[in-house]
Amino acid sequence: MSDIRYVAAESLDEAVKAMLAAGGQGKILAGGTDLLVQMRSGAQNPGTIVDVKKIDEVMQIVELPDGGFRIGAAVSGAVIGEHRKLAAAWPGVVEAVNLIGSKQVQGRASAGGNLCNSSPAADSVPALVAAGAKVVIQGPNGRREVPVEAFPTGPGRNCLAPGELVVSLTLPPRPPGSGDAYLRLIPRTEMDIAVVGVGVSLTLKDGVCTAARVGLGAVAPTVLLVEDAAKALIGSKLDDAALEKAAAACSAACKPINDKRGTIAYRTKIAGVLLKRATAIAARRATSNVPGGMH
Amino acid sequence: MAKFHVTTTVNGEEVEFLCDAQDSMLDVLRGPLGLTGSKEGCGSGDCGACSITVDGRLVCSCLMLAAEAQGHSIGTIEGMAQGDRLHPLQEKFIELAALQCGICTPGFLVAAKALLDRNTNPTETEVRYWLAGNLCRCTGYDKIIRAVMDVAADMRKGVAA
Repeated sequence: MSDIRYVAAESLDEAVKAMLAAGGQGKILAGGTDLLVQMRSGAQNPGTIVDVKKIDEVMQIVELPDGGFRIGAAVSGAVIGEHRKLAAAWPGVVEAVNLIGSKQVQGRASAGGNLCNSSPAADSVPALVAAGAKVVIQGPNGRREVPVEAFPTGPGRNCLAPGELVVSLTLPPRPPGSGDAYLRLIPRTEMDIAVVGVGVSLTLKDGVCTAARVGLGAVAPTVLLVEDAAKALIGSKLDDAALEKAAAACSAACKPINDKRGTIAYRTKIAGVLLKRATAIAARRATSNVPGGMH
Repeated sequence: MAKFHVTTTVNGEEVEFLCDAQDSMLDVLRGPLGLTGSKEGCGSGDCGACSITVDGRLVCSCLMLAAEAQGHSIGTIEGMAQGDRLHPLQEKFIELAALQCGICTPGFLVAAKALLDRNTNPTETEVRYWLAGNLCRCTGYDKIIRAVMDVAADMRKGVAA
């Protein structure tokens, strides 16, 4: 017999109440690909598990009237990867989500869960930061929104207050000529944790970069928004000088750990390399994403 | 704490069981339901030996709570053969000796079937990436990939169902 409670909440209100009733011992269950592993290892011992997968809003991808998207927090990577319109508008976000784990893990793991697990190396988060995604949070005091980059506060920690849970992630409308990309470095070709991850989202007009955001993962206690890298790209034609400057800004933003996956020097160098490569992919996508077709 | 009473569908048949909140789907399959084809290799979603489908979607049963199965449809390795008639993937694994100790085999078969149900014309690279979540510690990957590619080709020719 166990003392753990399992609640399959039918509504956000019910989920919030169950989390409050758990008095700090509650854990939200979305795909469970982090939570169940942590429970088995003893890293998490929840008193109440609140399953949110019966709540429609948490399980849907919705195209918004303004052209943006709302991705329910517990929508699996497999479902996200099959959403053609989302993948066409935000290929970098979708490829980042789909890099998490195996096909089996993709069958359950969600972008909301990846964010709430709050690993500095979470693959989807740099891409969401680059995309300018907002986190929709429901709690005892109603609803609030925070930018993705403000959500994690440290390794395994985030800004959720007692009783709060993530409902969805919203992606803004996409101007013509926009593209995004996510690249990570891992020691093998699949099924590993990022040593460095870089997300880039940008907009090009007549070959000039008019908007850019850069997200950087696995090189600091939280995923970073690197504004200096974006500034180096904006206004340029993504020439070598601009790319070098943006790469240097990424390297300068790094505060990595030394571990078996990569040294401080290696991670710092690779952050710049991946910035250049991800920018090139995002730019190519932006160029093919102009009404009227390829140039 | 009272146990949970769960009603679900396993390999097309309605099934009821009792479980604790922290029991995994794999615990219940191998325990109360007596379906020991799904194996526990790692218990952390790394090895794929416990692969099942939930509403047609490939997942690790060690990473799912049994209580979550309520109202869903579970597919396991035991549902792959039709009576005495093996699935073409099972026949091909035997024909090509695509198994050594056999512990990973049920997971590989369930995962490979999930791929071929979606795509009967995968490239070798697609097969290798799709099966990246299934580990064979005998390292017999090549014959496994060959078997999946062969069955896909048979399906395209209409030889295999």
